[in-house]
Amino acid sequence: MSTTYDVIIVGAGIVGCACAHQCSQAGLKVLILDQGPVGGQSTGAGMGHIVTMDDSPDQLALTHYARRLWLELAEDLPAHVEFQRCGTLWVAADAEELDAVKRKVSVYQSAGSKAQVLDARTLHEEEPHLNPAMLGGLLIPEDAVLYPPNAARYLVDRARSFGAELRTGVAVRQIGDKGSVTLGDGSSVEAGLILNAAGCGAPALTPHVPVRPRKGHLVVTHRYPGFVRHQMIELGYLKSAHSVSSDSVAFNVQPRATGQILIGSSRQYGDDSQTIHHGLLSRMMAQACHYMPEIGALSVTRTWVGFRPATPDKRPLIGPSLVSDKVWLATGHEGLGIATSLATGRLVADMIVGRTPEIPIAPYSPARVTQENVVHE
Amino acid sequence: MSDTTKHFDIVIVGAGPAGMAAAVAASQSHRSVAVIESNPWTGGQLWRRPDAAATPRAGRHWHARFKACKAHLITEASVGDSIAPGHLLVETPASAFNLFYDRLIMAVGAREQFMPFPGWTLPNVFGAGGLQLLAKSGWPLQGKRVVVAGSGPLLLAVGAQLRKRGARVLCIAEQTSLKHLVRFGLTLPRLGPSKLWQALVCQSQLLGVPYRTGYWPIQAHGTDRLEGVTLRRANGATWNVTCDMLGCAFGMVPNLELARLLGCDIEQGTVRVDTWQKTSVNQVYCAGEPTGVGGMDRALIEGQIAGYAVTDQPDKARALFGPRQKTHDFTRVLNQGFALRDELRTLTTPDTIVCRCEDVTAAQLACCDDFRTARLYTRCGMGPCQGRNCSTATHTLYGWETEFSRPPVTPIRVRSLVDLSVEKE
Ligand SMILES: Cc1cc2nc3c(=O)[nH]c(=O)nc-3n(C[C@H](O)[C@H](O)[C@H](O)COP(=O)(O)OP(=O)(O)OC[C@H]3O[C@@H](n4cnc5c(N)ncnc54)[C@H](O)[C@@H]3O)c2cc1C
Ligand SMILES: Cc1cc2nc3c(=O)[nH]c(=O)nc-3n(C[C@H](O)[C@H](O)[C@H](O)COP(=O)(O)OP(=O)(O)OC[C@H]3O[C@@H](n4cnc5c(N)ncnc54)[C@H](O)[C@@H]3O)c2cc1C
Repeated sequence: MSTTYDVIIVGAGIVGCACAHQCSQAGLKVLILDQGPVGGQSTGAGMGHIVTMDDSPDQLALTHYARRLWLELAEDLPAHVEFQRCGTLWVAADAEELDAVKRKVSVYQSAGSKAQVLDARTLHEEEPHLNPAMLGGLLIPEDAVLYPPNAARYLVDRARSFGAELRTGVAVRQIGDKGSVTLGDGSSVEAGLILNAAGCGAPALTPHVPVRPRKGHLVVTHRYPGFVRHQMIELGYLKSAHSVSSDSVAFNVQPRATGQILIGSSRQYGDDSQTIHHGLLSRMMAQACHYMPEIGALSVTRTWVGFRPATPDKRPLIGPSLVSDKVWLATGHEGLGIATSLATGRLVADMIVGRTPEIPIAPYSPARVTQENVVHE
Repeated sequence: MSDTTKHFDIVIVGAGPAGMAAAVAASQSHRSVAVIESNPWTGGQLWRRPDAAATPRAGRHWHARFKACKAHLITEASVGDSIAPGHLLVETPASAFNLFYDRLIMAVGAREQFMPFPGWTLPNVFGAGGLQLLAKSGWPLQGKRVVVAGSGPLLLAVGAQLRKRGARVLCIAEQTSLKHLVRFGLTLPRLGPSKLWQALVCQSQLLGVPYRTGYWPIQAHGTDRLEGVTLRRANGATWNVTCDMLGCAFGMVPNLELARLLGCDIEQGTVRVDTWQKTSVNQVYCAGEPTGVGGMDRALIEGQIAGYAVTDQPDKARALFGPRQKTHDFTRVLNQGFALRDELRTLTTPDTIVCRCEDVTAAQLACCDDFRTARLYTRCGMGPCQGRNCSTATHTLYGWETEFSRPPVTPIRVRSLVDLSVEKE
């Protein structure tokens, strides 16, 4: 049978689904494959914070663009995606972090994002359960939260409405340089282009993909509506998330539409097991109790771990791979894959059909990763 | 450190008949023994009461033996998580502690199985056991019109209890057919716990409670609370009963969360154990309902065997193998006699709620292939009951398996997770 697909997307996580949506909407004939169900890996384990971040200008450009796309889509999202524009509140615990707030507010504003400095009084009005010792914060009011697996399902359903084909429970054993995939049963399917969006599974299919799983723990509580109003993150997170070598925890809480509270977060390399690391979990909960003492009394119903597909320079890999111009990548989004999925999908489609992307794409080009700097710190 | 860390040679989780018997047996050795019970009272499903003297004779007997044995009892303490082999996290109302053991006996019992049918989430529809608890706690039942429906011998016990508290028990609707029941009743005298069954039937008859076999509930009616229930028979006939309360239970299902978390093999919905009650995991034993729902006698015997086995008293354990076999035969008959009829699997309509914690309907579950995708897309099983009810319901309705358990075993405070020590002592 001759090739009927323009693009085969390997991986129906949120990134693959967003790419399928954009590609099929752009008129391409898409097949999307996943070994498991839609959104069953990182996407099902993650927190769903649609956040703009300013670690680097590239990161700010990508996250800001992506958030705009989410806000444009918000109206269409069905209720089960649980999209809520609750805003991000970055909490400053000391004078140094309070200084960072003042610097950051102008960075956000110059990128076109609303941002507001909160003094201690306003901070505690916004979030009455925060530790009274907290000094202030930075509010990014347009940030949002959603429920990732249902967002992925929504995107893939949109893709199907544009003619995309979805096959779940189909493992890809190999991606061929000339534009083919070999499936678990030995059969192969061809396409003009193969997009590897397999998340943490991407390196097993394409050589020289410097993605490594970065483990994270999450905890969810019973329902306590109103206990937390914004997604809150400590500004110390910037320090801890940057250290790639050691395990770290940070205060990071999210109000769910159901009234439940998600409590994170931890970052760990070199532990690929599904087991809970109780030492880290304990530190993570201690951090939450430090920022919100009353959180200690809340009841936990579930704890789990997930893996973020991480790259050495903390930027995703979007575009043609080093292997062949018929094998493309859309992976390596680490802790921002939910947030930046829509932008990734748009950029991939732009590049394939030759539209001018709205933001520079060079920073995410897989070509930046030559053999030498593949090593993680 | 000492108040947040305890160590015992033998730790028994659960102070029902199985756990109490295990403690009595294990105490006949020089090992240190602790019993952890989440309730304020010992005795489990059957004998749990503020006043142990008020329990039936067997209950009094075992409570006395348990009291006299040297086992250290910690009540209002729930095993919340397994940190590592030999290390549990236990939560009490005030705090949490790390509990280290050399050998563990799980005697955590079973729970009622609910089946979703239209209207089952209306106020005043209860689990049969829940209704019994209401009765025990002095809830005003005088003159209340009550229907008890579902399956299993417990319906009779509950019906009798309600009757004693002055409720008008309009009927006990047992889904199993008379044919099945007769077979069950006929085989019974050859087996151990026959007296119990006869006593139950006699008692409910003496109290004038009609016992209808081959009837099952298909719909509970009412707008903001229960007003009546429709029962159906195998020949298709239906019967509307106006009532104030409905107690439903479709048998018992083992509590497997702790066993799953510890990695024990589960076979056909029960914990797999060898002749010494040892599970597939080293140093971990199991007794009572989790190995098979078979009543008090089974729980008592298995508990003792496990208690002897973990303290290296094999001869005493071996002496109980014969009696245990009888209770296993009884379990088999019980399961056959009260097997759920297929009609119960088709009672839901698209808008019937299946997971009541998260308000997930049958229609929403139609897009899911298994319990995992249901959890992922609908949050079925993600609520406060941690999937205890809907995992069994969806197993019965759709054949879905729950392959693993995520910690904690029971909901646990954030603070308790902070308190856990990770270094072994
Ligand atoms: C604890 C935690 C919290 C997080 N919080 C956030 C957050 O708040 N905001 C945010 O933006 N991001 C967050 N993330 C990160 C986010 O979850 C990921 O970046 C994102 O889900 C990545 O999506 P993906 O589609 O690339 O990967 P995945 O969701 O893993 O999808 C890849 C898919 O490929 C499939 N696959 C792999 N190999 C094969 C193969 N050989 N054949 C067929 N299929 C294959 C897999 O089954 C999988 O479904 C968090 C992550 C974790 C772990
Ligand atoms: C209403 C009713 C009437 C019955 N009538 C009869 C009868 O007349 N005759 C008969 O033979 N059988 C009867 N049964 C069945 C009988 O109760 C059981 O067979 C018996 O109680 C099983 O004993 P067990 O020790 O295995 O479990 P259980 O009695 O259920 O005891 C388990 C104990 O473990 C505790 N536990 C569970 N998880 C944890 C945890 N994580 N941490 C700490 N503690 C925990 C529980 O609180 C409970 O006390 C009846 C049952 C019910 C519900």
